[in-house]
Amino acid sequence: MSAGSPLGAAMAVLQRDLLLAIRTRRELVNPILFFVLVVSLFPLGVSPEQSLLRALGPGVLWVAALLATLLSLDGLFRSDFEDGSLEQMLISPQPLGMLVLAKILAHWLVTGLPLLLVTPLLATLLALPDHALPVLLTTLVLGTPVLSLVGAIGVALTVGLRRGGALLSLLVLPLYVPVLIFGSNAVSSAAAEIPVTGQLYMLGAMLALALTLAPIAAAAALRISLH
Amino acid sequence: MTIARLFHQFGSPPHFYRLAGRMLPWFATACVACLAAGLYGGLVLAPPDYQQGESYRIIFIHVPSAWMSLFVYMVMAACGAIVLIWRMKLAEVVAQASAPIGASFTFMALVTGSLWGKPMWGTYWVWDARLTSELILLFLYLGVIGLQSAYEDRRTGARAAAVLALVGVVNIPIIHYSVEWWNTLHQGPTVTKLDKPSIHLSMLVPLLLMAVAFKLYYATLLLMRARSDLLERERNAAWVRDEVAAR
Amino acid sequence: MTARNQLDGITLASREARPPTTAPVLLEGRALACQRGERMLFRGLDLTVHAGELVQIHGPNGSGKTTLLRILCGLTRPTEGEVRWVAEEPDAAGLEADVHYVGHLAGVKLELSPLENLAFVARLRGGRAGASPRDALARLGLAAFEDEPLRTLSAGQRRRTALARLLTRVARLWILDEPFTSLDVEGTATLVELMDEHVARGGAVILTSHQPVRLGDRGPRMIELGR
Repeated sequence: MSAGSPLGAAMAVLQRDLLLAIRTRRELVNPILFFVLVVSLFPLGVSPEQSLLRALGPGVLWVAALLATLLSLDGLFRSDFEDGSLEQMLISPQPLGMLVLAKILAHWLVTGLPLLLVTPLLATLLALPDHALPVLLTTLVLGTPVLSLVGAIGVALTVGLRRGGALLSLLVLPLYVPVLIFGSNAVSSAAAEIPVTGQLYMLGAMLALALTLAPIAAAAALRISLH
Repeated sequence: MTIARLFHQFGSPPHFYRLAGRMLPWFATACVACLAAGLYGGLVLAPPDYQQGESYRIIFIHVPSAWMSLFVYMVMAACGAIVLIWRMKLAEVVAQASAPIGASFTFMALVTGSLWGKPMWGTYWVWDARLTSELILLFLYLGVIGLQSAYEDRRTGARAAAVLALVGVVNIPIIHYSVEWWNTLHQGPTVTKLDKPSIHLSMLVPLLLMAVAFKLYYATLLLMRARSDLLERERNAAWVRDEVAAR
Repeated sequence: MTARNQLDGITLASREARPPTTAPVLLEGRALACQRGERMLFRGLDLTVHAGELVQIHGPNGSGKTTLLRILCGLTRPTEGEVRWVAEEPDAAGLEADVHYVGHLAGVKLELSPLENLAFVARLRGGRAGASPRDALARLGLAAFEDEPLRTLSAGQRRRTALARLLTRVARLWILDEPFTSLDVEGTATLVELMDEHVARGGAVILTSHQPVRLGDRGPRMIELGR
């Protein structure tokens, strides 16, 4: 009796989650709206002066992207937890880490990747020089999956709790610090025309580490919190 | 006696409870002795610093606290690994008892650091690499404590916190070095207060005595907390009834 | 199996010691105990499930019936004791590949149709294919609804969709938690029929239910909890 291939099961999870996202749709829009709103509040709160915005821009963009990811994280396992689909994944014969990785990938495609679409617009709003835009997009492509992967551990630990939301930000935000540092620094260095390969390598290394370890940790966390 | 049996026996709650009870007075006495000697050496015998005058003496609290803040996290994470691999109840108790103590050390390192900052930098808070790392470490501790208490079932909470502590341990070096790198970029290479090329023996001895005193203080507090936690967890077990009846 | 063993004031009775001794043992629980907070739900529970058996777990609310089922299918770890999947054949699949669990939560997605739900579970679990999703749904009386989103269907129809899982993938052990909930007379009769066929083929069923279950002239073996 064959148990089916883990990759096939992971593909099934990925396709199902994407289909669900298309059917519900609102999930697609929320993080983008949040991202745009937070960024547009900064000039209102600080100053519309170009030089100031240029200095603050990379940090503001990265903090906003980080918060948008955090906001969307709750949906990662919530509905599957509530309707029992998560239980079925836990007792399926497939390695749970693979299924979790597929869920995280689907979640990032739906909530993280769309942020890139509005990033050029927001970069203009914050007076970011044009030549820094490719670097900004690259850091987001490398960095936001790390945020989703690390965040998944936090969500897995809190999904069974009634008031997990407030706790989630406490668990996850400190772990986001390195991504924030290297992401925003790469962008401001690029704006100042300083080479940024070092920062990009660091982000890439963090992505590799998170891809390897985070699904295992999140799977272990799910087994504990669904106990 | 094999290692496994030794491990098992040490891990058994009644055995640990009694052993800890016997060790407690020794740890407490040694802690007070080291603390007295270290404070006397640091506050009275050690000469004032030629640059900072008397204000440097806060390092006798600040530095051991900062060392302990990391040390306790490592103990907690090691216990977390034991909890997840061998499901040892005693490791759950030690991890759970360590978290608030470690958070207190971290908090103390932050407070003394910022108090020291006032005479040194003219302000209570500077985004210094070490202080920033301590701040993030405090958040990591608060996350572990929050998770432990969020679960109604103690053992589930302990296991969840163990996962988080291990994730934290993987991240601490990354966070530490990224913060340090960030700091050098933004402030330029400043001489940090701990990287003194040489420290005079009259300051080093009390500092080390204080570090030992802090370790002993942690051990004493840990044993006390673990003992009361064990009594509460095992309150229906026969050995607890015997212990209470013996009083 | 012993008729009665008394431990710490909790009595576990196992009536009707009539397992066919020649039938292979599928699942074995040894000295199972479960503690929830302060309360010991059960302790010292021994349980052996043979092929071709119907086992009903009986007991008042809060006696740990659901917890026992979750322990048996590997979702919850027992406080003490162990569950062993006894596979005589050398090429037998592991516990996960050979167990279906239908719990309180149906484990179906309301945004998907019954057909899509079944197709997903089949890909997730892999294993030996049973009836086609269409045939399975037809068997449970959902032939006319197989493409409607589950959101528009009734609670009973959702439960039928969850139960159709039992047919699409072959598994020897079915673990069913209150499977008759929200089923009508006809649905109940269909489920009893399905269990009868499954047991006749050499499968086994463990279920909780407050109503008596009879397969033809045979009653289930009862396991009493919390008395």
